[in-house]
Amino acid sequence: MIKKEMIAMLLAGGQGSRLGVLTSKVAKPAVAFGGKYRIIDFPLSNCINSGVDTVGVLTQYQPLRLNTHIGIGIPWDLDRNIGGVTVLPPYEKSANSEWYTGTANAIYQNLDYMESFNPEYILILSGDHIYKMDYEVMLDFHKANNAEVTIAVMPVPMEEASRFGIMITDENRRITDFEEKPEHPRSNLASMGIYIFNWKTLKEALLTMADQPALDFGKHVIPYCHEKGAPLYAYEFNGYWKDVGTLSSYWEANMELIDIVPEFNLYEEYWKIYTKSDILPPQYMSRDSVVERCIIGEGTDVYGKVYNSVIGCGVTIGEGVVVRDSIIMNNTVIGPGCEVYKAIIAENVQIGKGVKLGVGGEAENDTAPHIYNHGLMTVGEKSVIPEGVSVGKNTVISGVTTAADYADGYLASGKTLIKAEER
Amino acid sequence: MAGGNNHRMKELSQKRAICAMPVAGSYRSIDFTLSNMSNSHIQKVAVFTQYNSRSLNEHLSSSKWWDFGRKQGGLYVFTPAVTVNNSNWYRGTADAIAQNLVWLKNSHEPYVVIASGDCVYKMDFNRLLEYHIDKKADITVVCRDMEPGTEIERFGTMKMNEDFRVTEFEEKPLQAKSNTVSCGIYVIRRRNLIEMIERCMEEERYDFVRDILIRYKDMKRIYAYKIKDYWRNIASVADYYGTNMDFLKPEVRDYFFKQYPDIYSKVDDLPPAKYNPGADIRNSLISSGCIVNGVVENSVIFKKSYIGNNCVIKNSVILNDVYIGDNTYIENCIVESRDTIRAGSRFVGEGGIRIVVEKNERYVM
Repeated sequence: MIKKEMIAMLLAGGQGSRLGVLTSKVAKPAVAFGGKYRIIDFPLSNCINSGVDTVGVLTQYQPLRLNTHIGIGIPWDLDRNIGGVTVLPPYEKSANSEWYTGTANAIYQNLDYMESFNPEYILILSGDHIYKMDYEVMLDFHKANNAEVTIAVMPVPMEEASRFGIMITDENRRITDFEEKPEHPRSNLASMGIYIFNWKTLKEALLTMADQPALDFGKHVIPYCHEKGAPLYAYEFNGYWKDVGTLSSYWEANMELIDIVPEFNLYEEYWKIYTKSDILPPQYMSRDSVVERCIIGEGTDVYGKVYNSVIGCGVTIGEGVVVRDSIIMNNTVIGPGCEVYKAIIAENVQIGKGVKLGVGGEAENDTAPHIYNHGLMTVGEKSVIPEGVSVGKNTVISGVTTAADYADGYLASGKTLIKAEER
Repeated sequence: MAGGNNHRMKELSQKRAICAMPVAGSYRSIDFTLSNMSNSHIQKVAVFTQYNSRSLNEHLSSSKWWDFGRKQGGLYVFTPAVTVNNSNWYRGTADAIAQNLVWLKNSHEPYVVIASGDCVYKMDFNRLLEYHIDKKADITVVCRDMEPGTEIERFGTMKMNEDFRVTEFEEKPLQAKSNTVSCGIYVIRRRNLIEMIERCMEEERYDFVRDILIRYKDMKRIYAYKIKDYWRNIASVADYYGTNMDFLKPEVRDYFFKQYPDIYSKVDDLPPAKYNPGADIRNSLISSGCIVNGVVENSVIFKKSYIGNNCVIKNSVILNDVYIGDNTYIENCIVESRDTIRAGSRFVGEGGIRIVVEKNERYVM
C-alpha cells in the first residue's frame, strides 16, 4: 500500500511578468539564479532536505525549460520508485477542459494525483522564492497545534506590510483574521505563500468551491476554511527569504550572494542546494583577468575584468572587457572590449566587440517603467547585440538586433528594443 | 583496469588508486576512459579494482554519471573476492579477468575492449574496432609515438612492420629501442580472450602484456593502431603534474571541454566559485565550490578549496577540499586533497615538484 505522510505541490505555472524579457520564453521558476541555479532549485532542494520525497510540479506557462530542467528529478534525488517528482501540466478532460485558472484551481485539477499517495498533509509551495526552510519543522508546528491549515509567515517592516497578505494572530499564533494588502496593517506578519493543509480539509474545501472562477488560495480557500471555523495557525519563519518577482529584487538577491559572508550562504555543508549541471569543467582565468567580489559558474572563461558580479556557467568574458554590478547567465558570450554596467544578461546572448551597456544618463523606461527601472539594463535570452553600439540605462533589448536598430550606434537611456518576433 | 598502484606516484597513491586521481579540476582519471566507452556506445563495462579502492568505489557509486545505468549492460565493479577455489588477490591483469571469467563467458558481446583507467585521452572505440576487423587482427593494440623527453622506460614499447603488424614488444625496457609506446588499450574477440586467459590459468601466468601480448606476438596477428591525438598517462608525479598543467593550454581545454563528445564525471552539487576582494587569478583553472581570497598563478585548483587572505599559489596543483590558511606561500607543489594548511606556511618545491600532505585539524565555521 502506498502511504506518504506529506506530499508537496509546487506551483510553477506563473509567468512572472514583472521580470520582463527574462520570462518572455521561460516560466519564472526556470529563470537562472546565483550563477548556476534556477529559482525552482530552492523549493525543490528544501523538499528533499526536509524529507519530502513526493513533489507535484504544476506547470503551465512556457514549460519547456522547466521540464527539461526537472527531468525525472535526478539532481534532487527525487527519482523514486514511489513518489519522486512529477510534472503536472493542465490536461484535456471529457467535459470542461480548462487551463489552470488560479492557484487553488490548479491543485483542484490534480486531486487524483494527491489521492494516489494517500497523504495526511499537503504542502503547497510556490516556485518563485529564494530561501532555505525545513518544512518538517513547520509540519511539527502544524501537528503540535492540531491545526488544519498552517500558513508560513514572516515579520516584515510595518511600513512595507501593506504590500503583502497580512495575518493577524492571537498569542498562540492562531490566526484570527487576515487582510490582503491592507492600507493600515494591523500586524506585520506577511504570508509567504507556503501552506500545510490537512488533506481532508483541503479536499473538502476544493470540492466545495470547485465552481469558483479563478479559485485562489489567498482569496478563496483560506477565507473559506477560516469562516468554517477550522483552526488556522501562522508559523513564523525568521530566516532569509527573498521574493525575486521584480527585476530590481532579482538583481539585489543575486548581488547579496557575493558579500564576503552572505546572509544567504550557498557554501554551507548542511542544507545543500541541488541543480542540474550540464557543464562540468573548471573555469579558466587568463593572465590578464581580474575577478573581484564575484561568483562564477563552471566552464566559464574570463579574459577580462569582472567586479561585483554573478556569472553563470559556460560564459565567455572576452579580452579587455569590464563587467561591473551585473548578472550574466549561462553560455553568454561578451565580445572583446565590451563594457557592461549594472546589466542583467540572460542565457545564450551574443554581444559583439566594443559594446557598451548601461552607460549614459538616467531616463525612465518609455514602455514599461514599472518593470525596467533602478537603472538596470536588461537583455533577453538568445539576443544578439552588434559590435560597437552603446546602450543606456533602464533599457531593454530582446531578439537578434543589427546595427540598423541603433540610430548613430546608440540606444538612449529608457528606450525599449524588442524585435517584433520576440513580442 | 583500475586496480593499479605504483611507487612513482609517491605519497599521492597512499590514499587512492591511480585511476581515482583527480585530474583537470573537476574530473578523475577514470572518467576519461569511462566517458570514451559511454560515448562509443559501449553499454557493458567492468571495472577491476584492487588497490585502495575506497575513493574509486565512492566515485563509481552510481553508474548514472556515465549513463551506464541501463537495463542492457551496465557498470560492474569487480573487486577480488574469496571463492571456493580461489583466495588470491588479483595477481595481474590477466588474473583479474580470469577471476571473473564467468561474467565474460556469460556475456554475449563479440568483442572486448581492455583499457586502463590512468590515462587522459578521448577516443572513439568504434573506429578502433573497425580497424581491428579491417586488419583481420587477433589483438589490436593502441599505440602512440611519444615526444622526445618522455620517460619511455615506464611504458611498453613496440615496433611494427609497414602493415602495422607488431613485430617487437618490450614491457618497461631498460633502454627503449622505439619511441612508440602502448597506450594500454586493446581490442580482442571475446572468445579469443577467454581461450587465452584459460590457457594462462593452466600455466599459472597472470599478466596480460607479458603472458599474452608478448608470448603470442608471433603466433597471433597483433596489430598496432596508432593515434596522434592527445594522450597522456598520469602514473608518475611528473606526468600527473604535467597533465594537469596541460589543461592551462587553450588547445587542450578546447579539445576536452568544448569539442564533442564531452567527458562526464560524478556531479558534486557544489556552489559556484567565489572570489572575494584580494583575489587575483592569473592563467589558472578554478573549480566549483572554491572560495578564493588570495593570488593564484599558473595553477590548477580543484573543487571546494579555500584559499585565505594574502596567500600566493604559484605553479601548483591544489587537490579537492584543501583549506589554505592566510599568508601562505605555495610554489611548485601538489597539495594532497583534504589537507589543512596552517596560516603563514611556506611550501616550495625546489628542483622538482613537492607533494604536500598536511593533516592539521580544521575548524569549520
